[in-house]
Amino acid sequence: MSDQQKNPFEIVERGPAFSDRLEVAPPPAGGAEDAHPSVAALRERFPDAVRRAEVSAGDQHVVYVDPDANLEVLGFLKTDDAHHYDLLVDVTAVDYGGGLPLQVVYQLWSIPHRRALRVKCELPLERLHIRSVTGLWNSANWLEREVFDLFGITFEGHPDLRRILMPENYAEGHPLRKDFPLRGRFSRAEQTRRALSQDPKDYYIPEELEVGGAPSLPEALRPRTLEDGSEG
Amino acid sequence: MATKTVEFQVTRNPEAGMDFRPAAGPIAPVEPDLDSEHMLINIGPQHPATHGVLRLVCELDGETVVRVIPHIGYLHSSFEKLGEYRHWNQIVPLTDRMDYLAPLIYNCAFAMAVEKLMGIEVTERCKVVRVICMEMDRIFSHLLWLGTTAIDIGAFTPFLYAFQQREKIYRLHEAYTGARITTSATRIGGMMADLPEGWTDGLKAFLDDFPKTLDEIDRLLTTNAIHIGRTQGVGAISAEDAVNYGFTGPNLRASGVPYDVRKDRPYYDYETYDFEVPIGEHGDCYDRYLVRMEEMRQSVRILRQALERLPDGPINVEDPHISLPDKTDCMSDMESMIHHFKLITDGIPAPPGDCYFPVEGSKGELGMYLVSDGGPKPVRWRVRPPSFVNLSVIPKLAEGHMVSDLIVINASLDIVLGEIDR
Repeated sequence: MSDQQKNPFEIVERGPAFSDRLEVAPPPAGGAEDAHPSVAALRERFPDAVRRAEVSAGDQHVVYVDPDANLEVLGFLKTDDAHHYDLLVDVTAVDYGGGLPLQVVYQLWSIPHRRALRVKCELPLERLHIRSVTGLWNSANWLEREVFDLFGITFEGHPDLRRILMPENYAEGHPLRKDFPLRGRFSRAEQTRRALSQDPKDYYIPEELEVGGAPSLPEALRPRTLEDGSEG
Repeated sequence: MATKTVEFQVTRNPEAGMDFRPAAGPIAPVEPDLDSEHMLINIGPQHPATHGVLRLVCELDGETVVRVIPHIGYLHSSFEKLGEYRHWNQIVPLTDRMDYLAPLIYNCAFAMAVEKLMGIEVTERCKVVRVICMEMDRIFSHLLWLGTTAIDIGAFTPFLYAFQQREKIYRLHEAYTGARITTSATRIGGMMADLPEGWTDGLKAFLDDFPKTLDEIDRLLTTNAIHIGRTQGVGAISAEDAVNYGFTGPNLRASGVPYDVRKDRPYYDYETYDFEVPIGEHGDCYDRYLVRMEEMRQSVRILRQALERLPDGPINVEDPHISLPDKTDCMSDMESMIHHFKLITDGIPAPPGDCYFPVEGSKGELGMYLVSDGGPKPVRWRVRPPSFVNLSVIPKLAEGHMVSDLIVINASLDIVLGEIDR
């Protein structure tokens, strides 16, 4: 306690503190995880891909799936008439820190059946890529971009995997990872310097500049839009 | 070389004399190959029609939009990261800064998610008060949408009428929470305070007055030829596509999909309130307008019922491990003071596990996803942002429309950048 009082920013530099109860598993639900029809069907259909299932917060069903089989499992859940999870509500990731694998979390909702399911894929830190589900749900497009931006998980087959919230040339890494300090990796001075010396070209992505017919612009305008950036 | 002839049909200017004829004839030579080049224009991030710091880079063929590439992140404040360093109760002020157009919905949604994770059952009075807060802010948010969309289309009067009514909700916010926008009204296990005396009378007066204004705006817009011309058939999306693109809320219902979290995954006894979910037919901007107008009327219905059933009793759960004790007790009672101190310094521990809790926000399905490791702070706090997902559809909606329609489509989606960028 006393060393914290010496430097109030120390907790910020150190990163979030984890409680020592991390290893405690949620109370076993006594077989209730198979009460969900989709969980039972997944166990039957993909016995190798389904790693485990649990019930969280009383009545929320979670299935842990092999990350290599995410597209098959989610495709089955979306297209099979008995399940038909047509709304991909959310794609996000969870980093527990301490070298534990990152979780990619898919929140599914079936409008016709009024049923929810949460599918998780655990990715070891040394292999942070998973296949994109944009082919199944278009809503995954920006959600996966956000996960890529903030967690550094690569989605293979994503049509447009760029940073979305952070600037394109952000060099400090992926902010929502636990090893990322709250105030950023660079000093304030360095952050300010980088912000001020930004290349105006970075305001546009390459494909936009192609479209703009930049070479066909009048000679007098070209340096202004492309180099000086005062019109950026 | 092709030429264009345009004849003006204008009312005669009395000062121009009786024999005045407007100029007619060739105005400008038109190059036949002009349409082969696409143009790149940049709208925003500081542009009033983008409703926030949104930047749209548009590829244009003449005035037709070929492609839109939205750029977001100008308002990114990393609320989710900040939340990992805060106790559950300390996160509440972060939530209303996300959607400053409907702050109470965000406050309530967060508190409800934490209570679900912890297994806390709030009191009956608290439930009804939160329903009142959420429905009031649904009207609050829809009114802003209505005013700004109308002004984007060119109608100034509905903007003034809507903001006059919004001001009354601002006053109700202020009377209850002390703040007009950054309300921070909820606490885990209850609210920061009970409703002040006479507050419900203020809300009743608003409910008596508001439908008249709504009818007036209805008369100004619903059958207005300009409004219909600008919105009907613009930005239409089919029901199947709307679901596939992740639309929720009024935008989804305008396409004819009857998905409303209040009806499909009811919370806080919404199934016992008598209200209807309006459904559109064509999925265009006009249907989105109609759905939101009707939703405001339904919210008024819910608010009237909620005020009728508002029970007496405590507003916070009576558990010293969750709710702060009375300030007067803290001054006189040793035990209360210890509880107060422990709750403020240590926070409330949540059981390990995760929890996703959706509510029907004003913009769509607002989900709070919490992951806890058993401590008083979240390992991960994720907001499922409705307008983030809704905005991602704009490239598809705007394709092939005119630039002026892009503005209408953007307005009709009802986005709030604070929540998109978080």
